[in-house]
Amino acid sequence: MTENILELNNLTKFFPAKAGGIFSRAKGEVRAVDGVSLTVARGETVGLVGESGCGKTTVGRTVMKLYEPTSGQIVFDGQDITNLKRKEMKPIRSKMQMIFQDPFSSLNPRHTVGTIISSSYTIHDIEPEGGVEHSVRELLTLVGLNPEHINRFPHEFSGGQRQRIGIARSLALKPKLIVADEPVSALDVSIQAQVINLLDDLQKELGLSYLFVAHDLSIVQHISDRVVVMYLGKVMEMAPTRELFANPRHPYTKALLSAVPVADPKMGRSRERIILQGDLPSPVNPPSGCVFNTRCWKAQDICRTAVPETIQVTPLQTVACHFPEV
Amino acid sequence: MSEVILRTPQQIAWGRFRRNKTGIVSAIVVLFFLFLAYGAPLITRLFGLSSTETYLDGLDPQGMPIGAGGGISWQHPFGLEPGAGRDVFSMLLYGSRISFSVAIITSVAAIGIGMILGITAGYFRGRVDAVIGRFSDLLFAFPSFFMIIALSIPMVERVESLGIVRDNGARLTVLIIFFVFFGWPGFARLVRSQAMSLRERDFIMAAQSQGASNWRIITKEMLPNLWPTAIVFLSLSLPGYLAAEAVFSFLGVGINPPASTFGLVLSDAIKYWRADPAYLMIPCAMLIAIVLALNLLGDAVRDALDTKAE
Repeated sequence: MTENILELNNLTKFFPAKAGGIFSRAKGEVRAVDGVSLTVARGETVGLVGESGCGKTTVGRTVMKLYEPTSGQIVFDGQDITNLKRKEMKPIRSKMQMIFQDPFSSLNPRHTVGTIISSSYTIHDIEPEGGVEHSVRELLTLVGLNPEHINRFPHEFSGGQRQRIGIARSLALKPKLIVADEPVSALDVSIQAQVINLLDDLQKELGLSYLFVAHDLSIVQHISDRVVVMYLGKVMEMAPTRELFANPRHPYTKALLSAVPVADPKMGRSRERIILQGDLPSPVNPPSGCVFNTRCWKAQDICRTAVPETIQVTPLQTVACHFPEV
Repeated sequence: MSEVILRTPQQIAWGRFRRNKTGIVSAIVVLFFLFLAYGAPLITRLFGLSSTETYLDGLDPQGMPIGAGGGISWQHPFGLEPGAGRDVFSMLLYGSRISFSVAIITSVAAIGIGMILGITAGYFRGRVDAVIGRFSDLLFAFPSFFMIIALSIPMVERVESLGIVRDNGARLTVLIIFFVFFGWPGFARLVRSQAMSLRERDFIMAAQSQGASNWRIITKEMLPNLWPTAIVFLSLSLPGYLAAEAVFSFLGVGINPPASTFGLVLSDAIKYWRADPAYLMIPCAMLIAIVLALNLLGDAVRDALDTKAE
């Protein structure tokens, strides 16, 4: 048994950018994920952060093999699943599940809660101990919902409750890894805390590992053991949560952290606020050298010509920058 | 803790349908007309009538039925046909049987084909979608009305030469084939657009990530969301094809006398509308009742299937 539940080695996912019509041809490619390497240890929560369009959702979906990776390697539970066919993937899918961002579109409006949560059993043709209905009721209780509501339809629930239904669905087959794609960003702040705490409790209870995709840094700080910062399809920095927040090495991480609101107004006014200039460059045509060079205040000539190596600054912290902070 | 029975969505929809009075009434009316249509031989025998027999003693020397309302009597509840003297009640029963059959077979076949091709195009997209899309565009652009009239005679001869069906049977077969052939693209387009928007929803991706097959995703995740569309479309196309059958019978492309359908009876009744208005009114009223009941039933079924309605 390997130590890591998930390993990504140099994973890339390019989408063809096409012009419409029958006679369309590839006009280039969107480099959504470009050489991402990361690991998720058993029982660990890895937060994947970055601004909109940086490819963090694509990483999650490629891990789930919802997208075919362009190159690189995905090792799940000690098995290379990169090139597995749909049929070969099926038994593995029971061990990895996904939680979606939008609780309104992630539940089929025409299915009852019972049908939704038991879908894993029917797809994998599994008869759980004590019967399907019994397990669904247990799952509903586990995620803090009333098991009496098994026959209700999704529209009869609030956003937070619907997200709990989605979580119950993902837990049905007792997975080892859950890819949570912004699971709380569509919820009210008070509900966010409840769902985050639920995910936390479930992890302790069931020994889950999470790949937690998010853009809200305070939530990531709360739930993650380690954080991976992405920018334009590449990993900028990777570190244990405490180190990353206390001592960011990459200028981009520093800029991101400076945007997190702090509760104390005095502290908020006194600290340095870094505002990045310009927009996110197009992933169809990323900048040469370091992809962050167009917006980095420390950029030198070398940043425009040479892609920075990923360097190990401490045993657990890596950063891809020519001029990391010290 | 009270025991809750697991109810399927169908049972829940049926429970909702039962509470809709309009729906129940229109369902009863539709069932009543269906019973009249398909029980025609039995019912006419009970009344001691026949759709082919002529009751000439009910007609005056000019060939017009004797008595009020086109000869309405206990024996002939809808009166007699001017000229030939057949019983209008049995003519309409047998006629509605043909009209219903054409409408039901055509609608179900067109919706079935449209559903399969529409989902296929919308779910798989790409080349499959392009082929199905261009073919349905071609059928849309076709002058279908003209083609049905122009090609029906050679087609009927072709079908008769196969030796399975003859005469009116062959004519009806040809009519149904034409209706279905030109009828499915409308529904396929509707389904395609809905399937395309459905497949982008996260619950489809959830099913994929759980390892569901394409077949399961189409039948278990997408189809339940498309049934209401099919049922509403069915409720609109049933009366539509009922009327279309009448139109083509009127134009001499559909069924021929001595068989009778709404189209043939109405086109005949137009000749007598001054002298015998009841002969025109009674089939009209029956046709309207059927069409109205079908439409209301379609609405009620749609409301029952709509989980967001309550």
